[in-house]
Amino acid sequence: MATPVLDKVEAESAASPYITVTFRVRRFNPEVSAEATWEDFQLEIDPKERVLDGLHKIKWELDGTLTFRRSCAHGICGSDAMRINGRNRLACKTLIKDINPEKPITIEPIKGLTVLKDLVVDMEPFFQAYRDVMPFLVTTGNEPTRERLQSPEDRERFDDTTKCILCAACTSSCPVFWNDGQYFGPAAIVNAHRFIFDSRDEAGEQRLEILNDKDGVWRCRTTFNCTDACPRGIEVTKAIQEVKRALITRRF
Amino acid sequence: MSADTTTATSGIGPVEGGAGTAYGVDNPAPVIEAPRKRTAKTPRSTRGNFEMAAWLFMRLSGIVLVVLVLGHLLIQLVLDGGVSKIGFAFVAGRWASPFWQIWDLLMLWLAMLHGGNGLRTVINDYAERDTTRFWLKMLLYTATVFTVLLGTLVIFTFDPNIR
Ligand code: HEM
Ligand code: FES
Repeated sequence: MATPVLDKVEAESAASPYITVTFRVRRFNPEVSAEATWEDFQLEIDPKERVLDGLHKIKWELDGTLTFRRSCAHGICGSDAMRINGRNRLACKTLIKDINPEKPITIEPIKGLTVLKDLVVDMEPFFQAYRDVMPFLVTTGNEPTRERLQSPEDRERFDDTTKCILCAACTSSCPVFWNDGQYFGPAAIVNAHRFIFDSRDEAGEQRLEILNDKDGVWRCRTTFNCTDACPRGIEVTKAIQEVKRALITRRF
Repeated sequence: MSADTTTATSGIGPVEGGAGTAYGVDNPAPVIEAPRKRTAKTPRSTRGNFEMAAWLFMRLSGIVLVVLVLGHLLIQLVLDGGVSKIGFAFVAGRWASPFWQIWDLLMLWLAMLHGGNGLRTVINDYAERDTTRFWLKMLLYTATVFTVLLGTLVIFTFDPNIR
């Protein structure tokens, strides 16, 4: 009697790409409680989809109060950095099949920044450090009538650090940043590097002085967490070391 | 492009500031001050800054310590009968030579300052409250100065004939 039903279910599941995954999400709502708690969600999802799709499923079908940031959904805007299975990643670039869907997938806000609600943190200290390194081209003299020319070699010098999307995955993976949040953090240094080593820029010296601060590059302990965390594959620790070397030799 | 021309007062170039913007002579775009702009009040160049010196010192002293500490361990613990040979006579014999006096003096100073600065970093990183941080560092500095001075005193005033 039960056999036909079972057969049907089996046939269906063989054809369907969907699997059941558990999302274990760190929830926090200051209007409800001062404590953050874990909440499990079961969802049927294609393992080739991304963690962000799972979060959408939760928000749209299970619990509309789940709060997280995302904008482009394609790894460009840097909105959805979060701690997935204990590692900082972009939810929109992490496939479910790549992070062992057999076990519950833990999702937490990035560390070291104040949690406002669920997965949303206050990014202000992060952007303050970014603004402090003057992330814009500084030049003197007349503006050229056409573009500012640069040789391919000069462009190559800082190519790696132009890839930053300011998602804060690196800065919020850094144990020195976790401690007191005063350290400039890898992202600010990467963005300073992008201009310090740009042949067209003239404020390299000034930016180096800013990073020579007591909370500047010298607080880096070379743990490589930032390089591991970067969703764009920037060699963050290397960039920091290059800034340190430029500070010591004053050649860049 | 001549070198003596100054930057245009409005940072808006002809391209960005083209037609259609509400800004004009009577309504300029707000000035965006460069953060941490260098002014007369900001301290002069922080080159030779303490954190940089400390960082460099950790690496340089580390290199020298590799030789000093490993050599020390080898002599004290491995060669010539190992640790069992160490006694008053052994120490007295070695400190009779200025070479070993300088070796030990250098090792004492470098290891203490290296270890002390390393612990200063650890305290800076881990202490959460300013008062805790301050007192931990005071304790550290006191212990470091005391050990360095006492060790130096012993190396220089060591008397092999003491009884
Ligand atoms: C044997 C040769 C040694 C080498 C090559 C060496 C090298 C280093 C370097 C490069 C650092 C800086 C790490 C950083 O800033 O990220 C460091 C930190 C440190 N060193 Fe040494 N060191 C040596 C021996 C010693 C000795 C003998 C002591 C103890 C007296 C010591 C105590 C420390 C401490 C406490 C730290 C701070 C740890 C930290 O920043 O996480 N080291 N060492
Ligand atoms: S949503 Fe834009 S980077 Fe992921």
